[in-house]
Amino acid sequence: MTAGLIGRKVGMTRVFIDDGSSVPVTVIEAGPCRVLQVREGGVQLGFGEKRAQRTLKAELGHAKAAGLTTAPSVVRTFDVNGESPKQGDTVTVGIFAAGDWVKVTGQSKGRGFQGVVHRYGSGGGPGSHGNTRHRKPGSIGAGTDPSRVIKGKRMPGHMGDRRHTELGLKVVRVDADRNLLFVRGAIPGAKNGIVTVAKQGGRSRHD
Amino acid sequence: MVHLSTLTREGLKTDIPMFAPGDTIKVMVRVREGEKERLQAFEGVCLARRGGGIDETFTVRKISASVGVERIFPLHSPSIATIELVRRGRVRRAKLYYLRKLSGKGARIREKREQTTE
Repeated sequence: MTAGLIGRKVGMTRVFIDDGSSVPVTVIEAGPCRVLQVREGGVQLGFGEKRAQRTLKAELGHAKAAGLTTAPSVVRTFDVNGESPKQGDTVTVGIFAAGDWVKVTGQSKGRGFQGVVHRYGSGGGPGSHGNTRHRKPGSIGAGTDPSRVIKGKRMPGHMGDRRHTELGLKVVRVDADRNLLFVRGAIPGAKNGIVTVAKQGGRSRHD
Repeated sequence: MVHLSTLTREGLKTDIPMFAPGDTIKVMVRVREGEKERLQAFEGVCLARRGGGIDETFTVRKISASVGVERIFPLHSPSIATIELVRRGRVRRAKLYYLRKLSGKGARIREKREQTTE
């Protein structure tokens, strides 16, 4: 099967586990995803339905080749995990089990133009005692030598609305009947946002 | 499309008695000591209820060895075995945080008399 599949973020809630403790979880409605195409080193999956008047004939033909009647609204490519699926197969949340480590990729919420305090977590300056560098970035480098600002210097600018992958998330529960995945912790993006969930070898270096 | 509110409704308890801030309640808490599991009572005044659905919690305050102790319980947690209503209290606020500053006679709550005919 594939190493992952496409889903929709439902939202966050909590579940109580056996020892009575509460676990914060994000619910993802993932799959079922039709295998559109098997390529060298990857499998193309489709999720959702695209409206007929928005569908190109080429897209429709591509979907029909996999046995679908409408084109999927989202198409993503995944690695193969174990035996390769065939075109027209369906990938469901059954590829995951409780306790698996996964990574979730999505488009993060847009925050607009933000300063360094919010965007990079700079401490900012003192609020009083004659200080005026409240939320300003301060010095952005040395003077005459190098006479320029080093590339990549953290400065104010647009924050969020970027592709982000959250690593090291644990699957808490899998609901195969309703195609639901319960993942511990937060994932990028707004509710109803499209995300991809993929298996991860182990815990990440961030854990 | 699955909606979050329908999803969390499944985990809700249905055997919770009606209780409100001001009421004295007895919470039986499941305590695990090694392999054994036993019930521990925590009896006191409910100060507040907050949140909704599966996220709802309530605060209970009691005076233990002349020290005020408060515990916040998730209402739908499986570690709560039962909640027993001991005494109904007549209060005029939803959050009784002012009780923290009061002690002795000042911290008493008048009992609520049922007006409805049984």
